[in-house]
Amino acid sequence: MGRIGGPLSALAQTKWQLRLAAAQHSMEAMRIAIIDESAGRAAIIQEGLHDVGLTDTVVLTDRRGILAQLEALAPEVVLIDLENPSRDVLEEYFAVSRALARPIAMFVDQSDEEATTAAVDAGVSAYIVAGLSRNRIKPVLDLAVRRFQAFSRLQAELHEARTALADRATTDRAKAILMRRRGLDEPGAYALLRRHAMASNRRIVEVAEAIVTAEALMGDLP
Amino acid sequence: MSLDRVRVGFLPLVDAALPIVAREQGFAEAEGIDLVPVRDLSWATVRDRLLYGRTDAAHLLAPLAIATALGRGRPAVPIAVPFVLGLNGNAITLSPALADVVSPGAGLGEPHAVGTALAAVARARLAEGRPLRLGVVHRYSSHNYMLRYWLAACGARSDAGVETVTVSPPFAAEALAAGEVDGICVGEPWNSVAVDRGAGRIVLVTAQIWRRGVEKVLAARTERLTDAPELFHRLIRALHAAAAHFVRAGTIEGTAATLARPDYLDGSAELIRRAISDRIRLAQGEPPLHFPDFMFQYREAANFPWRSQAAWLYSQLVRWEGLPYSADAARVAEGVFRPDVYRAALAGGPAPLPGANSKMEGALARETGVGSIQGRLMLGSDRFFDGRTFDPDHIPSYLASLDR
Repeated sequence: MGRIGGPLSALAQTKWQLRLAAAQHSMEAMRIAIIDESAGRAAIIQEGLHDVGLTDTVVLTDRRGILAQLEALAPEVVLIDLENPSRDVLEEYFAVSRALARPIAMFVDQSDEEATTAAVDAGVSAYIVAGLSRNRIKPVLDLAVRRFQAFSRLQAELHEARTALADRATTDRAKAILMRRRGLDEPGAYALLRRHAMASNRRIVEVAEAIVTAEALMGDLP
Repeated sequence: MSLDRVRVGFLPLVDAALPIVAREQGFAEAEGIDLVPVRDLSWATVRDRLLYGRTDAAHLLAPLAIATALGRGRPAVPIAVPFVLGLNGNAITLSPALADVVSPGAGLGEPHAVGTALAAVARARLAEGRPLRLGVVHRYSSHNYMLRYWLAACGARSDAGVETVTVSPPFAAEALAAGEVDGICVGEPWNSVAVDRGAGRIVLVTAQIWRRGVEKVLAARTERLTDAPELFHRLIRALHAAAAHFVRAGTIEGTAATLARPDYLDGSAELIRRAISDRIRLAQGEPPLHFPDFMFQYREAANFPWRSQAAWLYSQLVRWEGLPYSADAARVAEGVFRPDVYRAALAGGPAPLPGANSKMEGALARETGVGSIQGRLMLGSDRFFDGRTFDPDHIPSYLASLDR
C-alpha cells in the first residue's frame, strides 16, 4: 500500500531514535499523541498524563492532515478513541509506512486480557512503537482508561442534569396550561397531572409533554 | 419466552442490511433471539469489539476475517464465518476529469478498456512525479483485492505506478472532491454520495471484475461459535429469512427506510433504495442505470460460505503482501469459512444446500445447475473479467500464472 506524506528526513529519524532511547529511561521523554475528535475529552486525558509527569503530549482533533502531523511528531505512543472513524486509516499507516523509523503496533497484552478489555469498554485504543517496554506502557494505558471512564461519567451526569431540567420545564408549562384552562391552583394542577400519570401508567413528564403538545396544536381552539 | 441476546457489530453500509432486517422484521425474534446491532465507524473497532467479546458476531470484510485468523498485524485469533452477508455491491468512482479520459462514453465502462487507459494515465502521472492515487476502504478488503487484480491484469500493477491508500468510507467522497485521491473503490451509499455531489463518476462496478465476488461476511470468534452452536444455528436461520425478505418484491421501500434511520446507516433513503434495487446513478444528473448483478444478498445460495472463496482471498493476500505461499496458512484461511455450520443450521428448511464445500471460481460462463444435498441450485456466471479460473487446490500454480 502507498503512504501519504513525504519521507521523514534522516535528521528527523535520528532525533526520533535519540528520543526513543531516552524514553526507555525516563517517563518525561515519552511523546504521546492523543487523537480524539472530542477536544474536551482529549484535554482531560492530557491533563491526567501531565499530572503524572508525562508532559510531552500532543492533541490532534482534526482528521485532515493527521498522517503528516503524526509523521512530523513521531510519537512513541498514540492514544485514539474507538469511535474515531480514522482508525482504519491510522492502522494502515502504522502497518506500512516506511516513514516511521520504528513500527507502531496496537497494544495487545495477551498476558493481561482484562486490561485490554477494560480499554475497549472505556472506548480507547493504544498504539505503541516497537521496543517500548510493557511496564512503561501499562501506566499510560491505565490512566487513559480511567480518564475515558471519568469523561463518560461526566457526560452521563450532564445528560441527566439536562434531562431533569428539561423535564421540570415541561411539567411547569403543563401545570400552567392546566391552571389557566381548568381554573386550578398549582397544587391542584400537579395533583391532576399525577393522578392521570398513575392511572395511565405513564411518567408525569410524559403526560406533561402530551399536554404541552396538545396546547401547541389546539390551544387556540375554543 | 425469554430471548437470547446476540450483539452484532456493523458499519453503516447497505450490506449490513441482513442483521438489521432480521431484527426489524422479527426474524431474529422468531428464532428466540434479541439481536442487538452495535454500530461503529471503523472496521478496526468492529474487529476489536468482536475479539474482546463485546459483540458475539460482526458484519465484517471477508479478507479482514481471514487476516485476523492468520494474525496479520496482530496476534492471530481463530475466526469462523458461517454465513456470507452478500456478494459484490462496490463500485469504482473516478474524479470526473479522470473518468472522461479513461471511460469517455456514457454508461459503465468495459473493464479491459478502462483498465488499459488507466494504466497509461498511471505511467504518465508517475513520470510527472505525481502517482495516481486510489482510495480503498481497508487494506484487507475485497475492494483492495479486486481493484488490484483488475489493474494488474490491465498492465498497471498497483505497486508500480498506482498508489492505493485507505480512506474511511464516510470521507471517501470528500477525499475525492478535495483531490486527495483520484478515485475510490467503496461500497454503497458512498459512491452515490460522491456522484450526487458531482465529485466523481462511476466507471465500473466490482461485479464486472468478478461476477460473484464474496464481500461482507458474518464473523464470530471460533470459540464463541463452538460454545453456542445452537444459538448460531438460530442466528443463521434468522439471517437467511432476512435475506429472503430482502429480495422479496415490494419490500425495497420499507428496507430502505429502515436502513436510513439514524441508529443504522443515518443516510439518505433514496440513495439506499437505489443501491439495494441494483439501480446506480453513474453521473450527476443522469437517470439511474439498472445493473441486475450489482449486489447479491440471497439468490444462488449467495450466503453459502464457499471455502474456495476464502482460498481466493488468501491467494490475493499472499500476492499483494509479497508473502510466500504456505500450505498451512492456506488451510487456516479456508478453514475460516464454515459451510458445515451453514448446512447444519439450514438443514430441513427450504434453502438449497450445495453438496460441495469448494468450487472452481470463475469457471461458470452461464447459468448452470450444481449438485445439492437439499433443494435445487442453479448458479449464474461467476467469471473474472480476464477469463481466468481459480482452482483452490492449486494456489501456487495460480499465483505463478499471475503477473507477480
